Amino acid sequence: MAAATEQDPTWHGILQQTLKRNEVRLVPYVPDRVLTTLIKNLHADPYFTTFPTAREEEAVGIVSGAWMAGTRGAVLMQTSGFATLANVLASLVVPSQIPLIMIVSERGTLGEFNYGQAMVCRTMRPVLDSLAMEHHTITRLDELEFIADRSIKQAVTTQAPVALILSPLLTGGKTFDK
Amino acid sequence: MSNAPARNTKVMNRFDLTSRLVAKLKNEEAVVGGIGNTNFDLWAAGHRPQNFYMLGSMGLAFPIALGVALAQPNRRVFALEGDGSLLMQLGCLSTIATLKPKNLTMVVLDNGIYQITGSQPTPAAGHTDLVAIALASGLSNSSWAADEEDFERLIEQSMSAEAPTLIGVRIDDKPGTGTTRRDPVQIRERFMHGLGVRQPL
Repeated sequence: MAAATEQDPTWHGILQQTLKRNEVRLVPYVPDRVLTTLIKNLHADPYFTTFPTAREEEAVGIVSGAWMAGTRGAVLMQTSGFATLANVLASLVVPSQIPLIMIVSERGTLGEFNYGQAMVCRTMRPVLDSLAMEHHTITRLDELEFIADRSIKQAVTTQAPVALILSPLLTGGKTFDK
Repeated sequence: MSNAPARNTKVMNRFDLTSRLVAKLKNEEAVVGGIGNTNFDLWAAGHRPQNFYMLGSMGLAFPIALGVALAQPNRRVFALEGDGSLLMQLGCLSTIATLKPKNLTMVVLDNGIYQITGSQPTPAAGHTDLVAIALASGLSNSSWAADEEDFERLIEQSMSAEAPTLIGVRIDDKPGTGTTRRDPVQIRERFMHGLGVRQPL
């Protein structure tokens, strides 16, 4: 796996290494098809404590508690999962200044086949902007490490949350035939 | 109004039970107090740096406590949550049952009402057994406290348990005794000091 990653960098391999380098070891998630390989590889890597939760806000609560107790975490989700988070972001993460790291697989654009997903996607950036939260949409493999690494470091040092949105341009997204 | 007839458990008082719990804490145990009256009574029982008071995000006391318990496996972590709050996040019981942190003790304070919003009954009032839900979620170390002495016994038992513990207590409809100072940054920072993660400036 490591050899394959060195020869042929993948977005999920880069993310895994970037999380590790920044000592982000607790990774609860609500799955997404696009995130399947990343989730599988995190489970296979003993460095990470990774597990599914029933809801995304539950995962946010877990990593918030872990942060306060000295362990860094990140939450993996898809766009519709982010849409369930406005309350916990506005009432826990932002006012308490918790450096929540969110990795969001973006659905609802660039070939979406489900109208509901497309509508949910349109709520994501307005919610992030309304709370003045840092967010980056990552479209290119060659920019992924820089954006992810710098964003995690900025979140921790400024005690502010960040959302890393993985565009279908980066991941391939989910298409109708899958 | 909330008393399930099948339950042979005494109706107790939140502040009294919280005070009994806090009196037992000798080892800088962490305590996460759920939204509203739950953390008001935790505050009123005597502020400790190891207390975290929730000012929003209803239903997340157990998930936050789970995160603390995973990060500091050698520290006992208590979480106090209302019945209405837990109803919002029942799925977390399954997550906790999967991870099985043995240093986590959860207390569900059940009065069957949303006391703080005007004492409206919850949809669970009178017929849903939250301890039975916990058991069915895989938290086998879950039980109702019959009375105050039983509550204290269950708390002490949990401190050396090999699995997470959930204790259900039926409580009356009294409001919280105090009011937490609503300063989220200070609450979070003090909690981190209390857990030894940071030193004060």
